[in-house]
Amino acid sequence: MLEGFLIGLETALSIKNLLMVIGGCIIGTFIGMLPGLGPMSIIAIMIPVAISIGDPSAAIILLAGVYYGAVFGGSTSSILINAPGVASTVATSFDGYPMTRQGKAGKALTIAAIASFAGGTIGAILLVLFAPALASVALLFHSSEYFALMVVGLSAIAAFAGTGQITKAVLMTIAGLVLATIGEGAQFNMPRFTMGIMDLQSGIGFITLAMAMFAIPETLFLILDPNRSGKSNEKQSEITNLRITKDEAKKITPVITRQSLQGFLIGVMPGAGATIASFLGYAVERNLATPEEREQFGKGSVKGLAAPESANNAACTGSFVPLLTLGIPGSGTTAILLGALIALNVSPGPRLMQDQPEIFWSVILSMYFGNLVLLILNLPLIPYIAKVLTVPRTFLIPFILFFTLMGAYIGQNNATELLFLVGLGVTATILRFAAFPLAPLLIGFILGPMLEDNFSRATQLYDGIGFVWERPMTAVLLIMAISLIVLPAWRSRRAAVSLTK
Amino acid sequence: MFKTSMKRRVFAAAIAATSIVGFTTVGMADGHKVVDSIHFLIPGGAGGGWDGTARGTGEALTKSGLVGSASYENMSGGGGGKAIGYLIENADSNHGTLMVNSTPIVIRSLTGVFPHNFRDLTLVSGTIGDYAALVVPANSSIKSMGDLVSAYKANPSGVAIGGGSVPGGMDHLVAAMVMQAAGADPTEVKYIAYDAGGKAMAALLSGEIKALSTGFSEAVAMAKAGEANIIGVTSDKRVGALPEAKTMQEQGIDTYFVNWRGFFAAPGLPKAKLAAYQKAIDKMYGTDEWEAVRSRNGWENIHNPGAKFMSFLEQQEKEISGLMKKLGFL
Repeated sequence: MLEGFLIGLETALSIKNLLMVIGGCIIGTFIGMLPGLGPMSIIAIMIPVAISIGDPSAAIILLAGVYYGAVFGGSTSSILINAPGVASTVATSFDGYPMTRQGKAGKALTIAAIASFAGGTIGAILLVLFAPALASVALLFHSSEYFALMVVGLSAIAAFAGTGQITKAVLMTIAGLVLATIGEGAQFNMPRFTMGIMDLQSGIGFITLAMAMFAIPETLFLILDPNRSGKSNEKQSEITNLRITKDEAKKITPVITRQSLQGFLIGVMPGAGATIASFLGYAVERNLATPEEREQFGKGSVKGLAAPESANNAACTGSFVPLLTLGIPGSGTTAILLGALIALNVSPGPRLMQDQPEIFWSVILSMYFGNLVLLILNLPLIPYIAKVLTVPRTFLIPFILFFTLMGAYIGQNNATELLFLVGLGVTATILRFAAFPLAPLLIGFILGPMLEDNFSRATQLYDGIGFVWERPMTAVLLIMAISLIVLPAWRSRRAAVSLTK
Repeated sequence: MFKTSMKRRVFAAAIAATSIVGFTTVGMADGHKVVDSIHFLIPGGAGGGWDGTARGTGEALTKSGLVGSASYENMSGGGGGKAIGYLIENADSNHGTLMVNSTPIVIRSLTGVFPHNFRDLTLVSGTIGDYAALVVPANSSIKSMGDLVSAYKANPSGVAIGGGSVPGGMDHLVAAMVMQAAGADPTEVKYIAYDAGGKAMAALLSGEIKALSTGFSEAVAMAKAGEANIIGVTSDKRVGALPEAKTMQEQGIDTYFVNWRGFFAAPGLPKAKLAAYQKAIDKMYGTDEWEAVRSRNGWENIHNPGAKFMSFLEQQEKEISGLMKKLGFL
């Protein structure tokens, strides 16, 4: 094994492969910043380039570089303009965008960069040490456990159920779950609730909904409320300021460590992935925080930003475990990577490590270098990226609207999406006026299909809901979900009672 | 690879994300050019099975000089139905367009998901295909189709068979077809649907399902990795990619099924144009460029031009609709 590791190290450190990592990261970061172009589409575009390189190690290192770059770049639009272009960065916007609003965009981007770096690096180290052993962990979960895990993920909405908001947050979650049933699902051979509209047959696009819920209302509020962004012009120096205080560093260090481990483990499960990891990370950290800190979640908490960012990057690295050791792609992105590997005559699976150790180890090691490259590349760039916000409002608003519309269009390559976007965006703005939290809707929409599919598979396999008590792991996860939902509600009620006393 | 060719929710969000309209490759050799240019219409997003088929075919045609240049357009929507409707509605201005499609056009037209069917288009050629296979984990007590069928006959609900398509979709139909041919009741098949091939594979290895109904090329990768055994292939003779995998027919189960992929043109396409497209595709099979694309993707050559394509599709439609009626999906 050590020999293979050394061959891999040599391969990964060759000038050519280092250039591949750097090139891949740059391409991925910049394209990934555009909402609408997620890692999956960027990789799909890059595959012909990678295959034409011919050398499997170099090709897959390039694609992996593009992958981390895109995941990393995706958080930029979430933080700066509240426009999460990929599902795994939705949780990033919960606290990242409020920080931007407070004039701390530079700091938010720096925390995201460091959390991503730590998540990716810790993930890569775990991968080096335990990849072969983790293959069996990847197969631990059945549909019933995935269902329970999605329920745990849904508990993240508790974070948006501030005092008196519980009913509204639950209603919005249900609305999201309902929207998710539109179109074709994995469990029915006929599309549902399309009302005969062909453009609804594939369902509502995630990007369309994310832009409509977050970016559009935000832009409209910018127009309606001139003071909202007027502040940013005065605080130029602070916007581009990267400095994190000692106190903040102390706060986020345990969060990043915990979430890197948790995110990695969730990423190893082929049915979960980076999105679930980011929501769970957010929910868990919120529950672990002290009551004062918990108040800050959703309002620009550094912990709330660090948690999903380290979790989703660690999960991306974790998803390479089932891909490389079992040949099982856990996500759409890794499915495309698998296709590219097979086209390059590499067959991932239990034998890859023995048969082609230089590929196995060089890919894993290049992840480590990839994360390092990303950090070095991005830290100096942050002040320039954050400066976007100092653009006068008259230019900034059309700019954001342009990217929002573009994102929704290229997401499906379908102009009807623009109508959906505008319609849903106006609805979302009205809901915001009525003080309905919009994030729970998006969480419901993202988790809904996975919740439904895994539930219906589990009920089919167990001829009913017997799996809840027949599978101990499912029961444990469900109890955890209930406590994550009930505990904060109970605590806030108790706090309210003691206040009135 | 069919797994990705059908519009699945997991891909809907992100994979269907790009279009590279007008990405043109210009052929090098000019000596034996048959067609000046082809515009490929792809009913799904970049990176899927349809996308790979169109781009691979375009690559072989242009590199070998049979076609001057090729351009590609991804038109997602309606699970592929939007592109079919577009080609029919704008038939007159689309004589230069070839649309890629596959077995779902037959299944989804039957269920009415697509308002049109293959008869509304001009059939150019079926070009490639993938057989279906039933797969069990390497450490399973089931070693052959005989074992699987007897376990199924003894307790149908104890033999959960998974697949990457919806209930009533291709993977389900293949499992039911096999059980029917083996003399068992096809309606009793406990079919568990996964939204992607990879997740179905994970379920098989984790022991959640007893057997997996999937495409042969995908199964070969798993068998070669030593994780799973292919217990039956729906081909008429053993396939070169893995000759040790037994066919259904040699185990006494008379099932033949191929998930084809092929090209369609707009209705009312002039005869001369159609003949030129068919000639270009026909000549393509002999080129090294095609062989490179084909082997890289693990495709099987299954060439059905024109009238042969029509009778093949009608036969498949008849079989599938009979089975779907029996299973209660129609």
